[in-house]
Amino acid sequence: MLSRVADACFWLSRYIERAEANARVLDVNIQLMLDFEDQNESTVQQYWLPILATLEDQELFNDLHDGISGDAVMEFVTFEKSNHHSIISCVTSARENARMVREQISSEMWEQINRLYLYLLSNAARAAFIESPIDFYRSLVDSLHSFQGITDATMTHGEGWQFLQAGKFLERADSTSRVLDIKYHILLPTGEQIGGTVDITQWMAVLRSCSAMEAFLKISHGQVTSWGVAAFLILHDNFPRSLRFCADKLDLALHSISGCERAHFSNEAERLSGLLRSNLDFTTIETIFATGLHQYLDQTQLRLIEISDALVKTYCTWLDQA
Amino acid sequence: MQGFFKKYETGPFFDEMFSPDGSVRPHYSQLLDRFDGMDPMEFDRKRALAERSYLNQGITFTVYSGDEGTERIMPFDLIPRIIPADEWAVIEKGLIQRLSALNLFLHDIYHDQRIVKEGIIPEEIIRSAKHFRPELVGFDLPHNIYIHVCGTDLIRGADGRYMVLEDNGRCPSGVSYLLENRQAMKRVFPRLFNRHAVRPVGRYPQELLATLRYAAPNGNPDPTVVVLTPGVYNSAYFEHSFLARAMGIEIVVGPDLVVNDSRVFMKTTKGLKQVDVIYRRIDDDFLDPTVFRKDSVLGVPGIVEAYRAGNVALANALGTGVADDKVTYYFVPAMIKFYLGEEPVLPNVETYLSAVESDRKFILDHLPELVVKAANESGGYGMMIGPHASKEEVAKFRAAIIADPRGYIAQPVIQLSRSPCFIDGKVEGRHIDLRPYILSGEKTTIIPGGLTRVAMRNGSLVVNSSQGGGSKDTWVLDEGGQPC
Repeated sequence: MLSRVADACFWLSRYIERAEANARVLDVNIQLMLDFEDQNESTVQQYWLPILATLEDQELFNDLHDGISGDAVMEFVTFEKSNHHSIISCVTSARENARMVREQISSEMWEQINRLYLYLLSNAARAAFIESPIDFYRSLVDSLHSFQGITDATMTHGEGWQFLQAGKFLERADSTSRVLDIKYHILLPTGEQIGGTVDITQWMAVLRSCSAMEAFLKISHGQVTSWGVAAFLILHDNFPRSLRFCADKLDLALHSISGCERAHFSNEAERLSGLLRSNLDFTTIETIFATGLHQYLDQTQLRLIEISDALVKTYCTWLDQA
Repeated sequence: MQGFFKKYETGPFFDEMFSPDGSVRPHYSQLLDRFDGMDPMEFDRKRALAERSYLNQGITFTVYSGDEGTERIMPFDLIPRIIPADEWAVIEKGLIQRLSALNLFLHDIYHDQRIVKEGIIPEEIIRSAKHFRPELVGFDLPHNIYIHVCGTDLIRGADGRYMVLEDNGRCPSGVSYLLENRQAMKRVFPRLFNRHAVRPVGRYPQELLATLRYAAPNGNPDPTVVVLTPGVYNSAYFEHSFLARAMGIEIVVGPDLVVNDSRVFMKTTKGLKQVDVIYRRIDDDFLDPTVFRKDSVLGVPGIVEAYRAGNVALANALGTGVADDKVTYYFVPAMIKFYLGEEPVLPNVETYLSAVESDRKFILDHLPELVVKAANESGGYGMMIGPHASKEEVAKFRAAIIADPRGYIAQPVIQLSRSPCFIDGKVEGRHIDLRPYILSGEKTTIIPGGLTRVAMRNGSLVVNSSQGGGSKDTWVLDEGGQPC
């Protein structure tokens, strides 16, 4: 496979996943806001600021908007073209990459991403957003899920597909770690207890934004605790958005590309993903909380960046460096 | 004419569907029956459906204005253009003859130049041709094929006779529209095709791949073939990726390729892989910055050296531009006689060379009545249609011809034949041409029909998509001619 094509597949997939993560986070935050009736300016800020903090584009936001409001943040994260992380930017970038590898992916995949792109630019998208943001974000997530389903059902599961998998799981691990980290940024209102109503509602929102609520409740017997939620989203072996699951699939994709055995590595990307995978396989939630959840998530995000860089170096830009 | 075509007027032009007395031409009668009962609203719905599907599939070309490109679909007209079997047989024969002569001509002028020595074409014309590549003189190509893919534009004048307007022997585009138009018609009018014996066109990509494989250097039986595109921002990118997909081969951009030891390789995730045949959709000028334009970022440094070493084939070959020079065009009928000893089946349009003194005088005296074309432009650029031109434009071309007589030709204005088109809820006549695609490989093959281009603006004679032209599906009826 052409190095440029591998690169485009990898990023196409990352952008799709990133768009989905944004839509989920916004959806959940709207709902969270609706759970708390006594909204004044400071509580509004308190809920929307972490979104900006985790998506890392606070400065640009401040340049464009006077103050933090739900509408301003939603606009910025959804439709703002100058924000390279906005949903519309992600979908546009995904489509550009898809166009570059148009002959590698199936026509069905291309048409799905192209339709979504055209929709987001249309007045219909605006109208739907104004009518009901929650429905709008849900239908967006649906469209992006359709893309994943179409990909698995219509594309040969060869090298190109493996690069798509690598991109998807790497980005998803990153999103899950960021969503968990949102909780770190939201301060509990004065007087509220850890484990109290507000705290628990916030942890439930974290679960919801990973579509993990139902799966979590099945194993937690109705008990929502910070440790329980974090353990589930970090260490569960079979939940498709947990860090451990994503790291495992990322590692599998990398080894499928090279043909190297899972127990070994043949390049730096595999070595790093192997390290991450074994760390997640053999750590406990107690150790993680002892390190500090925020620090642990931060480290994980750095490791993911290193894996991404190593993958690109190994397969996509190898000749440029030689 | 009744119903759908009730108010249709053929005007003083050759109409593809109706005779001057208003009766339908026999090969259109079945279509007339089908369409006549059609409600314009229903027809418009079908048109919108087809357009929507083009947009969703990304069958678009990019129009640049300012720094933002807009993606547009090429306007598609749902009333097909029909060519009866006997007419097509003549066109096919004429095109095969023409391409044989053009390939022989290219081989000749890059070798012995017999045609010059025997006084058929003045040496000056060849030497001054912008796209003549002296560095390739004496260079041998596999099977002596230069133009592997040709798009030759045909028009019909007032008497309905087919004439050759020009040969596009460098990187002709548009074939993806031909194929997609057929798909769109099948989706929108599924039952229409049962009732007509329309010859299929879908084999084009396979024929193209066979042609490209046949061009491989050293008779390599299993060559690696790629499509080389200027990139995703090129206006024809859709077509490049479409063809790569339909042939099941890689599409590459310049930076994907690297030349080592006079061989061309592509950079893959598993290392370098040698490339044998390149279907390049980049003009000669941009192909190799070490040989041609130094500022080209689209090309591959060293590719010409690999080509001259015989390690990679380019389709079309380097230097074919000399054959689609509009001054060379003038000599194609003479070439056919010279190389093949035959009379041309398809005539040229009457042409005046401003390089010839007597012709130049005639051209300058009759500028407002003539079509003037720059010898080396395409896509409807560098062209003046006298009767539609402003005084300033005429003056501009006059000065240009005097300054560079070799650079221009002139032709009488041909009122292109018209075909009924569905425009804003009504059926109106629009001028059309036909671009068949001719593949020269082990044998010469032509996909039945071609791309019918339509000048969508009322009265316009310019069919190029870059100038707002549209297209329609082109049906060649099967042997036995009449719809069943």
